[in-house]
Amino acid sequence: MEVPISTAELLTTDGIPLKQSLRKAERRNKLRAFLLVFPLLLFIFVTFVMPIGDMLLRSVDDSQINSVFPNTFDEYKNWDKGADELPPEEVYKSLFFELANGDKRQIGKALTRMNYAKSGWKSLIKKTTREIKKIVKKGEEPVSYKDTFIKINKFWGDPTYWYSFNQMVNDRSSIYYWNALDRTFNEDGDVVLQDEKRRMYIKTWLRTFKVSVYVTIFCLILGFPVAHLLANLPLRYSNLLMIFVLLPFWTSLLVRTTAWIVMLQQNGVINGILVWLGVISDDGRIQMVYNEVGTLIAMTQILLPFMILPLYSVMRVIPKSHMRAAQNLGAKPVTAFLRVYLPQTIPGISAGGLLVFVLAIGYFITPELVGGKDGKLIGSWIAYHLKTTLNWGLCAALGAILLGIMLIFYWLYNKIVGIDNIKLG
Amino acid sequence: MALPSYASPVQRTYYYFYLFFCTVVFFFLIAPLFAIIPISFSVSPFMVFTEGMLAWPPDPEAWSIRWYRNMIGDCSADVVSSTVPCSTKWMKGTVNSFYIGIIATVIATALGTLAALGLSRPHMPYKGLIMAILISPMIVPLIITAAGMFFFYARINLVYTFTGVILAHVALATPFVVITVTATLVGFDMNMVKAAQSLGAKPMRTFFKVIMPLILPGIISGALFAFITSFDEVVIVMFMASIDQLTIPKQMWAGIRQEISPVILCMATCLVLLSIFLLTTVEVLRRRSEKLRGIKAR
Repeated sequence: MEVPISTAELLTTDGIPLKQSLRKAERRNKLRAFLLVFPLLLFIFVTFVMPIGDMLLRSVDDSQINSVFPNTFDEYKNWDKGADELPPEEVYKSLFFELANGDKRQIGKALTRMNYAKSGWKSLIKKTTREIKKIVKKGEEPVSYKDTFIKINKFWGDPTYWYSFNQMVNDRSSIYYWNALDRTFNEDGDVVLQDEKRRMYIKTWLRTFKVSVYVTIFCLILGFPVAHLLANLPLRYSNLLMIFVLLPFWTSLLVRTTAWIVMLQQNGVINGILVWLGVISDDGRIQMVYNEVGTLIAMTQILLPFMILPLYSVMRVIPKSHMRAAQNLGAKPVTAFLRVYLPQTIPGISAGGLLVFVLAIGYFITPELVGGKDGKLIGSWIAYHLKTTLNWGLCAALGAILLGIMLIFYWLYNKIVGIDNIKLG
Repeated sequence: MALPSYASPVQRTYYYFYLFFCTVVFFFLIAPLFAIIPISFSVSPFMVFTEGMLAWPPDPEAWSIRWYRNMIGDCSADVVSSTVPCSTKWMKGTVNSFYIGIIATVIATALGTLAALGLSRPHMPYKGLIMAILISPMIVPLIITAAGMFFFYARINLVYTFTGVILAHVALATPFVVITVTATLVGFDMNMVKAAQSLGAKPMRTFFKVIMPLILPGIISGALFAFITSFDEVVIVMFMASIDQLTIPKQMWAGIRQEISPVILCMATCLVLLSIFLLTTVEVLRRRSEKLRGIKAR
């Protein structure tokens, strides 16, 4: 029998080319794998990715005020600022009717936004609206809307108020981002620094970075020897000592924060011990909590496991013979450590350092509780604007900037360590 | 890692300093957690060691379980004090915490395990990107997540409901399940699946009879991680739950912020015990899983 060795393609029993059949199977496998992941992917997309996206949109969103004063803003755009000192009559007329007929709640919201642009708007509009409603009730039609406005309040003749409209006429605005960096727009639409007393964000950003850097350094100093000890002890001891690292990791953040308040407060454990030892006098107790010191101490302890664990996993695989070999070749212990051991731990140092730093800049609970007035980080401002002032645009902008910074560092982390190499415990 | 016998005095000094330093760090890590336990048994309504507690011989008058009784809602006259009123908030919070935590854990474990199975298949397309998206809730700072979710859930009327909180907690908890189960599936022998299928088992039967028993320790660890994530979470609850939807962490937050009541320490003690229990379980499971998969314990 002649074996048909041909140049033609290999066929399966069904007569389909093998390549095609394999590709089909491959595709089916891919689809099957993807179908398993799909429910979670969809869930995370809806419950997490979309909210974050929504926040990013909100940080540039300025449409609410445009929906309240659409005609006024349209007419306003026609105002030739070089030619006339005040806006044309149509602007006053549109505003008149939009104030008279507008929804009270929506106007209220818009007023809050207008006050961010120039303080004084809120009371001005409120007073004016009252007068306008009176005029409408009487059924009068003003001869000149402009004069009516100026008669109600002389500020309507003040062009600086009108200039501030300039930053609100677009649906999208970068004002919140500038606010988050202590800047604002002036009447000409240029970016300028806020008033002295309203500058607090740059200060907080800097403090956030400072605290994060300090916490990272402290964690490294405290974590390095411990990781080294754990990596070099026989397993039965190191597994036991590992509990000291893992237990805080598993304990509620609030419990650990509470514990630090108990330890550090004025009549707390540490002050008590110091008084008892006679280091400080009874009325010389040190203020260690509700300030930056408290934040630093508590955050260092809370984030320390995140430094120790990556360091430990790197150090565990460094052969002990390296140090011995270096010393055999005549290196002093210090030299051997610096030139042979330390360079091999750099992946662990960078992984732990980045992880601690990234976690620290986004921290909120601990600084808020033990930070007092001067230990709060940027997260506290986000919470404050979310819950108290309801300035959601600014809240979203602060969040977006923080998120951007985080992503840069995670990108770095991913480059160095790989994000899917995250291990727990 | 003992000191060699030929070590010089300088080396000896270094070595003992190093051991001393490590001891201090271990102490720093663990001491605060254990310092609160004795104080929770104090009679005093302040969160301090009283003189009676430190006296020798011990003064039984200085110790009591009155704050524990307060915690479980006992309102006898000797339990309340002028600064610490009796309240049922702690028990209500406990019930809510378990309610939210358990539902969130069940959903997160189911979704996370499925996804981990898919991600561990060799044919998974765009693995890195999908993994990054799935893990992102763990990475983004909670306060940003809380802000985003608050805005978004407000649009769909889920703010101030348990449903909203549970959905948020599931999103936060799934990365932990995905990571632990994926780790368990590393080194999982796929031939066993093929063997089962060649013997005629349908995919569901293969999963429940072959895959599941082998990765069960990983799934349980993941579920415990998920539970503790939800159970400890306070930022989301603070923004997304209504005022009377209390949980333990929220009540502790209020306790630190406004009341400074010693009852916090009782709850904290209970939580420390809970975390010891969870940590032990996870460790035991990890060893068991490594044994099952034939990986030598490290």
